[in-house]
Amino acid sequence: MAGTRMKLELSHVVQGRSRLGVLKGLGKTGQHSLEVPGCLLYTHFGSVPHLTQDTLHYLNKLPSVTQVTLSNIAEHQDVLEEFKRGFRKFAGLHDTVLYCSLHDPAAACPTGYTTNKTVSVWGSGGRLELTVAKFMALQKTVQPDFYQSMADGETWQTNASRKRVRKSVDRTLAHLDECLLVQQKSQQPQAVAQPGKTPKIDCMAANQMFLCTMQAPPAQSTDRAPQELDGVEMFGVVEGGDILEERIRSARETAKRPVAGFCLDGLQTGSMDQALRTQMITAVAKELPEEKPRLLQGVGRPDEVLACVEAGVDLFESFFPFQVTERGCALCFRFDISPDPERAGRAPPTVLGPNEEEHAAGETQQNGDLDCDDQTQMTCFEMNLKDKRFQDDFRPLMEGCGCYCCKNHQRAYLHHLLVTNELLAGVLLMIHNTSHYQSFFGALREALANDKLDLLKKRVLGDGGRPTERRE
Amino acid sequence: MVYGIVSRRPSPSHDQLNMAEDGERVDGINTSESGMSLKKVLSGASPLSLKIIAECPVTKARACDLALPHSTVSTPVFMPVGTQGTLKGITVDQLESLGCQICLGNTYHLGMRPGPDLIEKANGLHGFMNWKRNLLTDSGGFQMVSLVELSKVTEEGVQFKSPYDGKEILLTPERSIDIQNSLGSDIMMQLDDVVSSTVKGPRVEEAMHRSIRWLDRCIKANKNPNKQNLFAIIQGGLDAELRKACLDEMTKRDVPGFAIGGLSGGEEKDDFWRMVTLSTDHLPREKPRYLMGVGYAVDLVVCVALGCDMFDCVFPTRTARFGSALVPWGSLQVKQKQYAKDFQPIDPDCQCPTCKNHSRAFLHALFKSDTAAMHHITIHNISYQLTLMRSVRQSIVEGRFPEFIRTFMKRMFPSREQYPGWAVEALASVNVVLE
Repeated sequence: MAGTRMKLELSHVVQGRSRLGVLKGLGKTGQHSLEVPGCLLYTHFGSVPHLTQDTLHYLNKLPSVTQVTLSNIAEHQDVLEEFKRGFRKFAGLHDTVLYCSLHDPAAACPTGYTTNKTVSVWGSGGRLELTVAKFMALQKTVQPDFYQSMADGETWQTNASRKRVRKSVDRTLAHLDECLLVQQKSQQPQAVAQPGKTPKIDCMAANQMFLCTMQAPPAQSTDRAPQELDGVEMFGVVEGGDILEERIRSARETAKRPVAGFCLDGLQTGSMDQALRTQMITAVAKELPEEKPRLLQGVGRPDEVLACVEAGVDLFESFFPFQVTERGCALCFRFDISPDPERAGRAPPTVLGPNEEEHAAGETQQNGDLDCDDQTQMTCFEMNLKDKRFQDDFRPLMEGCGCYCCKNHQRAYLHHLLVTNELLAGVLLMIHNTSHYQSFFGALREALANDKLDLLKKRVLGDGGRPTERRE
Repeated sequence: MVYGIVSRRPSPSHDQLNMAEDGERVDGINTSESGMSLKKVLSGASPLSLKIIAECPVTKARACDLALPHSTVSTPVFMPVGTQGTLKGITVDQLESLGCQICLGNTYHLGMRPGPDLIEKANGLHGFMNWKRNLLTDSGGFQMVSLVELSKVTEEGVQFKSPYDGKEILLTPERSIDIQNSLGSDIMMQLDDVVSSTVKGPRVEEAMHRSIRWLDRCIKANKNPNKQNLFAIIQGGLDAELRKACLDEMTKRDVPGFAIGGLSGGEEKDDFWRMVTLSTDHLPREKPRYLMGVGYAVDLVVCVALGCDMFDCVFPTRTARFGSALVPWGSLQVKQKQYAKDFQPIDPDCQCPTCKNHSRAFLHALFKSDTAAMHHITIHNISYQLTLMRSVRQSIVEGRFPEFIRTFMKRMFPSREQYPGWAVEALASVNVVLE
């Protein structure tokens, strides 16, 4: 049943907040699932940056959900309309769930261009203004499995006024209701449009509307145009900037609508510190139904991911490994948590499990004061391979890492590729960084399952399990 | 259509297997005695053996198995160029699965960065880039032409300023071989005195004689004659007399292979093919012939007919990064607007991963979003070059190379009138008349 087929089955909730589970019923036939906490596969126009399908499939544990953004896609709407079979087929993607969001989380999005009726996205050809009609027409050509509803997310700048924040919540709810209406019509083309331009449908009414729609006999579906939104689900967007009441209002109202899940917007890295972010997410999470997933936009740093999972977030966008790759760095933070306290501390790794990745080299600095504001800045979770000290370092990026890059290449080679500006540097780093990040999420789920989140935090943040500085 | 049939084969690796089988079969029937005995003679002398599998009864083309230290190369072969120890965004696994048996590294670039000492520590260039098959390195001399404003040539060697730190560097024949010994390539090239192919007069003659003297110094300097092959480079510009003199002198040396140098630098094609065919006329049958810097499809097919075995060129990979995909009818500019809504693969008959997975329209759009678009075209273009050469070889082995050429030309050009005159003339010189 549309709107309700996607279901989050929680197996473990720690301290009433951190959630471990499986998001089930994904994809057109509902055969896909995604473990949470987890992340989506970040792409540029359906293509993981730097990678082709050959090199992407060097990675053995890919997320089942691929994220595409309208900022990449919008300018190709006419092409997709002519193609007719949806973005997945267009991009040569095969067995993946497709999620369509508005903006690229790794690209800066200029502010000052939203109106009551429109939002703007920035593609290679500049700004494109989207009304709900245009937004929904795009979704029909993309044919994702689920998508982010249109939203005014311009409140991430510091000093956004209370009035502006309130407006963004109102606009986002209005966009959501409009999107829902279009979606309904699309699902039952013969149905007479509901008279209600009711921006505040109550929960029951909205659900019933959807129930009606879905009771339509299946035979009808064969008559529909191929570009309809059958079985496509929508995530409502929670706005509210850094104002608690607005966050709560946004969450409460969005939760009343028949959405499959929630995007938490305006909380991205750079918009606020983690303490405030945690406070906002915690308050929002209380208002959201247990069984629906929460996707946090624009947050990807491991320390922030951990804190946000503790506050109740289920899903992240995996743009962080891409950003690390773009600055010529390799992720190298440790997340191994062993039952043996000796090993979890300073002892070098011994034998490793297939999915454990070990940072034995200790190239990271201690996680100290972090500059959260600049997303282009190197973090303490990575090493800068352009650094001269890697010039004659013939070790893999990370000892024990099983990724294609670490199994086949050495730091000295990566250093060489970077200083000579060779394209292979991006390919190999993207493979390693994606692999490492996915494994981190695996370790995070394992830690939640075994009530070892604190231990994992210590390991990742370096407290006690401080990475050993081992330089020759 | 010959080319169509060949390119519809299931996969490059499968293609390779078929090729090996075909080679065995033909060899079994013909039992080329000279080929067998030559192998014995040569294997003692150098880490290379050339087994002639088939010779075209009409043209000078031949199909050979060139055994090198890291694997056997089926010729005629196109060798992709991995200038700085990497092939433009392509992993070594991808290159292997495309069926590539040998690729190039540039001594000049690698000697500058990361430097021979470091590469030696990494177990040579093979170890540094983790490439398990064969490598050929140039001498660094070609950069004399491209960086001529930086260089001064004396009998001692080539002097130039490092573009990285401005330091004066003297590249002598000994130093070039020393670096190439550190790189550990399967085939090294002698340092030659390169003059632009458009230069005429006494400088060409001087360069030819100097190249011979430098060959002797290179042979003497080679520390690994049992592991690394050193090829001589025939010079002499566009002057038949000078070429001939150079050939006479150089073929007296016991080197495992010969390159035809000093061409493909903007000279007239009429001059170009005449110098090529003159060279192959005088090169020993039992040694490989490498035509440097040639990579356009038509040039490849014609020069195979003139008797060349090995080719290299940056063109297929460089042009890929500008969105130019090579196809049997020329090239296709993926970034052009006309492909925005073209939902077929670049070449519907192509079996490369790009054509298997993606449409022209998707690649057109991806060029606006990600560098992976370049990788897709690079893979396609390498695949095109390698498949073309496999088809050429196959047709030689099956004794139908002249027919292959005619079909190839028909597909490449819309009409007979558009065949390049030089190609028609060159092919006629080896008894292939294009109708």
